[in-house]
Formats: sequence, C-alpha cells, structure tokens
Amino acid sequence: MVATPTLRVPAPRRSRLSTPSNPRRSPLLTVLTGVVLLYSLVPLFWLLINSTKNQRDLFSTFGLWFGSEFSLFENIGRALTYDDGIFVRWLGNTVLYVVAGAGGATLLAVLGGYALAKFDFPGKKAVFAVVIGAVAVPGTALAVPTFWMFSAMELTDTPWSVIIPSLISPFGLYLMWTFANQAIPGDLMEAARIDGASEFRTFWQVCLPLLAPGTVTVLLFTMVATWNNYFLPLIMLRDPDWYPLTLGLNQWNSQAGTAGGEAIFDLVLTGSLLTIIPLVIAFLFLQRFWQSGLAAGGVKE
Amino acid sequence: MIHSPSPRRRWAAGLSVAAVAALALSACSGGADPDEAAAEGGELTVWAWDPTIEYVAEAYEDANPEVSVEVVNVGTGNDHYTALQNAASAGSGGPDLAQVEYQATTQFILGEALADLTEFGAGDLADEFAPGPWAGVSSDEAVYGLPLDSGPMALFYNEAVFDEHGIEVPETWDDYLEAARDLQEADPDVYLTNDTGDAGLTTSIMWQAGGHPFTVDGTSVGIDFGDEGSQRFGEVWQPMIDEQLLAPISSWSDEWYQGLGDGTIASLVIGAWMPGNLEGGVPDAAGDWRVAPMPQWDDAGFATAEQGGSGMSVMSGSDHQALAYDFLEFAAVGGGKDLRVDDGVFPATTADLEDPQFVEREYEYFGGQQINQVLSESSAAVVDGWDYLPYQVYANTVFNDSVGQAFVSGTTLEEGLAGWQDTLRAYGEDQGFTIE
Repeated sequence: MVATPTLRVPAPRRSRLSTPSNPRRSPLLTVLTGVVLLYSLVPLFWLLINSTKNQRDLFSTFGLWFGSEFSLFENIGRALTYDDGIFVRWLGNTVLYVVAGAGGATLLAVLGGYALAKFDFPGKKAVFAVVIGAVAVPGTALAVPTFWMFSAMELTDTPWSVIIPSLISPFGLYLMWTFANQAIPGDLMEAARIDGASEFRTFWQVCLPLLAPGTVTVLLFTMVATWNNYFLPLIMLRDPDWYPLTLGLNQWNSQAGTAGGEAIFDLVLTGSLLTIIPLVIAFLFLQRFWQSGLAAGGVKE
Repeated sequence: MIHSPSPRRRWAAGLSVAAVAALALSACSGGADPDEAAAEGGELTVWAWDPTIEYVAEAYEDANPEVSVEVVNVGTGNDHYTALQNAASAGSGGPDLAQVEYQATTQFILGEALADLTEFGAGDLADEFAPGPWAGVSSDEAVYGLPLDSGPMALFYNEAVFDEHGIEVPETWDDYLEAARDLQEADPDVYLTNDTGDAGLTTSIMWQAGGHPFTVDGTSVGIDFGDEGSQRFGEVWQPMIDEQLLAPISSWSDEWYQGLGDGTIASLVIGAWMPGNLEGGVPDAAGDWRVAPMPQWDDAGFATAEQGGSGMSVMSGSDHQALAYDFLEFAAVGGGKDLRVDDGVFPATTADLEDPQFVEREYEYFGGQQINQVLSESSAAVVDGWDYLPYQVYANTVFNDSVGQAFVSGTTLEEGLAGWQDTLRAYGEDQGFTIE
C-alpha cells in the first residue's frame, strides 16, 4: 500500500490503455452512447404507447404516456379487419416477397460467393470489378431503369416485379465471397476431395456448415432490406392487392389527406407496430449468428 | 365517409333495388350504345381514391349482372396522376375510367388521355350540372368527363371558440383579418386559421377576388400574378403572415386534425366537402362547428370560388368506352349519384343542390344547422371564367419552393408569386407551350 511519488506518476498513464481485460471508462463516450440510445428508443417507445390509444386520445393526450383508455387490442382487431382485412393480405405479400426475394438473394449470394472464393476461372477479376461497382450504386438509382425493363417485359404490377430485382444483392455476394475466403480452409476442401467426395458433396457437407454465420448475416441484411423496401414496389405496383406493408400503410396514412377520405391515424400506428414486430423477432433470433459471423477471420489463429 | 366499409356495404346492398329503379329512369337519357354495352356485359377497371365509388360499383353490378367493375385505389392526388400519366404514355396497364380533379383535367385532355364523351350523349347533360364543375370537365364542344362532386367554398368555424373569445363571424376579408388579430390577442395559443403555403387555397382566393392569373387557349398559356385579384389576396394574406396570425400547421397532417379538434385552429375557408372530413376526422368537436358564407371582398355582390372537387373520365385507351360511359352516367347522374349524396358527398348536380330535402337537411355535427343552405348558395355564386394551367398538378407541387418561402422566411408573398410565375413560365416553355 505504500507508494512512492515516483510510482504514482506512471500509474494513470498505464490505465489509459484500454484492453478487453482492462476496459477504460469514458464519461463522454457513455453520455454519447446514452444519447444515441435515447434517440433510437424514444420513437419505438412513442409507437408502443400510441398504439394503445384510440384516435380521440391520440389527439388529446400527452404523446409519451398512455391515454385514458387502453385500446391496443381493439386497434389490432380493427387494423386486421379494416377494408375487408386488406392488412392481412399486405402482410402475406410482404412475407412472400421476403421469403422468395430475400431467401433467393441469400441462396444466390452463398453459391456465388463460394464459387468466387474457392474456384479459379477466366473473368474472375471482371466479376470482382462488377460486384464492387454494383455495391456502390444505390438501388434507388436503378429503380426507374428497372421499371422500364420490366414494363417492356410486361411484368410490372405483378409480384415478379418485386421479387426478381430483390434477388440481386451485390453486397451479400461480396460479403459471402470474403467470408468464404476466410472461413473455409483450402486444405479442408482438398482433404474432402482426396477422400473421394464429389464437388457437390464437398460444398453441401463440408463447406456449407462453415458458411452458416455468414449466411445468416446475409439473410438478415436482405430480409431487412426487402421487408422495408418502399421505392421499388412503389413504382412497380399499381394494384393494392399486391402491396407490401410499407406501401399499404402509406396509403392508409395519405387517406386522411383527401376530401371524403377517412382519417385512420390510429390504425396507421397500430399497423406500423405490427409491421416491425416480425423484424424485431428475426433480429433477436439471428443476432448471435450475426455477431459471430462479423468477428470471424478478424484475428489470425 | 363516416361509416366503416362493412355496414356501408350492407346498406348499399339494401338500396340496390332503388338503384335499379333509378337506373331504369336515367337510362333513356343516354345514347343507345352504352345501354347495349351494359346489357352485353364486360369488365371495367376504375381508378379512384374516393371511398364511395366502391359501393357505387357494387350497386351498378347488382343492376347489371353481366358487368363486373373493379375499383382500384392507386394512390391519392399526385400518386394517382403519376400512375395515370405512366399508364397513358405506356399505352397499356391503364384503367377504363379514372377520377380526375377539375384542376388536373386540362393536363390529361392535352395529353389526349381522355375520351370525348359527346358521341355517347354527354353533351346533353350540361344543364344537369352547376356551371363550375361542368366547366371543369368540358372544353369548347367536347366533354371529357362527368362531375362527381363539387367544392364551393364557405367559412367553417368553431362557434365554441368564437363565443369564448367574443369573436364575431367575419363577413368580409377585412373583418377576417380583424378577427384573426382579436383571437390572437385573446389567446396566443388560438389561431383563426392555419396556412403554411397551400396552392389550392391561394388560387381559390384569387379566383373569388376576380383574379385570372392563368389564361389558357389551346396550347398558348398566359401566367400573370400582377392582376388585381391576385393583388387582393396579398393584401389580406401578407399582414396575416407578417403579424404571425396563421397557425404554422400544414393542412391534412395529424397535427391539423388535432388543432381542429382542440380549438387551436378556429376556422377554415374551405370547400363544401369538408363536413365529411370534420365528422370523420374530428369527432371530438361535434356540436362546436358551424358554416357561414365565405368572407367577401366588397359589397359589390356575393361571390365565391370552388376548391377541389373531381369528375370521372373515360380513358381514351379503354377498349370498353361505351360500357365505361354507362357506368359513369350511373355514378354521376344516376342511382350511384343518389347513393353518394346520401352518404354526404357534396353534389355537382343542380337538381340536388336545389332539392329542398337536401338544402334543409339538418346536421347534428353542426348543432342541427342546415349547412347546405350556405353551401348551395355558395355553389350558385361561383365566379365564372376561371382557368387552371394545363400543368396545374406540377405547378402545385412547386408552389412551396417559391410562394411557400413567404411563410417561413423574410420574402414577401409578392416576391414568392413572382418566383412561382417565373418557374411556371419556364416549365411551360420546356413542355412546348406558347407562353404569352
């Protein structure tokens, strides 16, 4: 316990180094993180609170606390049945677009990433350039040309016009490519081949399990992107029967803005809450895969 | 609009017998072609955002078992027009019939997207409609649609708030400005009205003031906000802005509905379709609101303007024009129209506007007031000769880039209007119009 003055000086200096075993607390960082946390949670909290209100309370009571009546379940019932239950139809459409679009995009990314990482073929560099270029082009910029293309093929206003463009995920392909590069040792594939496994079996039984964390990450990304997609369906679809939830909710919201339109802000809010629940569940379930996936290959072992 | 769809449907089905009878009566007025087409049957697609069209279609199907009508809501306002424009230019994927606001009709006429309905006998219906809406769908000898509703303007005010602060109902625009000042003085949280820049309101007030900022003759277009009518608008609205008498709330937002309910926004000068929106969107304020004539410019005579309102048109790309016209007639002057008026839609047909049953109808929401007295009188006093631009839809979307600035920064309305005028002239030239 006896410390000489000369020893005291270097002590705080050493503690400035932050290591996983000796984390350094920074009040500034804590406050900043707290602000960001508030910033992201308050809207969610607001949505939760206000979904429990009827339209009357929505307009007359304080926004961040409950109203006089608890009408969440009544609101959910009305949202699901309003206009002949069109919300359920939109939910079904969204699920279809996510399963077919995001599922397909993930499958293609895994296959493509694996092939690019583990096989040599002419034109590989060109493919690399195209993929990197495609990552840089925002989907919004491609939406209008895509519309013209699908219009020429007479595919607009069909579910195909939403599913097919969703199948392409340059970012997912790039991620799988890098991931496969690092997660699958070349020796392991060679060993499998020497043992007499076919290429398909090598992929299916040896490599695919190793790719699982990356696959889940890509699946999560494409799922979120497809679930939230607004602009593509907006320009492709005209028939509300094929709308995803994003478009449908917007239509409900803008309904209040016309002569003769019924203002249903309470249903828009409840619908929004119902819309984010599946995403929240997906995140909670897939999060651990995603985290381990991001860290893989970060340190040479 | 106040009903939820399912009871409305049951109710519409119950009335379908009446609808059949009404159709039989109205059928003789149309040409032979549409009737034959209806008997023969077919499928129709209608693009409309108005919820009443849905049950008009059901009533029509009941009366014409061979016909099936699909009503599609492709969006509201601009979304709807973008879809319609795309379908028209692509030449496919469009509807047989589309709802079009009067302010947007010219745009689609010039684009040759709308069918001329005179060959089906639409020209004979001119006398059935109030002049304002009729001018909105016809051009020279051609008829490009039939009016569905109209929006003659009036002053909607919250009597409870007015009484509380001892405010008299303004009869002239000078009174109106005074009332706005008095109300703000009495309670800084209460505004006479709201405005953050609204192209529809601005042009309608100019219209009432006798302004003709837009002149359209074929493809030659004149744009001039220097005329007296436009100036008068500035004389009232500029002080309103300078003295911060306008609630900074955009119309149609949730905040707006909230303000109309809790008394923050005490009045609106707005179209005759507003009662339905008040009843549906602001149920809390039932009994508080009243309707008075639109504030006047001088003692020269009672004058009003239209705001909003829409007709329905048969698309020139439709393969079933005769059948489409038969449906349109049912919706605009036949049994479908009766269903819509009963449901609270403000009619464009003179017979309904003058019908004692309509005029003397008492509205519980408005404290039992016979509001249609005021609204029908307004319909008869609409200043005639008003033109919208052939690209009014575009014009309204860029309104806030220039005129809207006057509401949020130091520029004046006059400067804002001059900016809007420049933008609209430049755009018109780009689009191939001759600008005078």
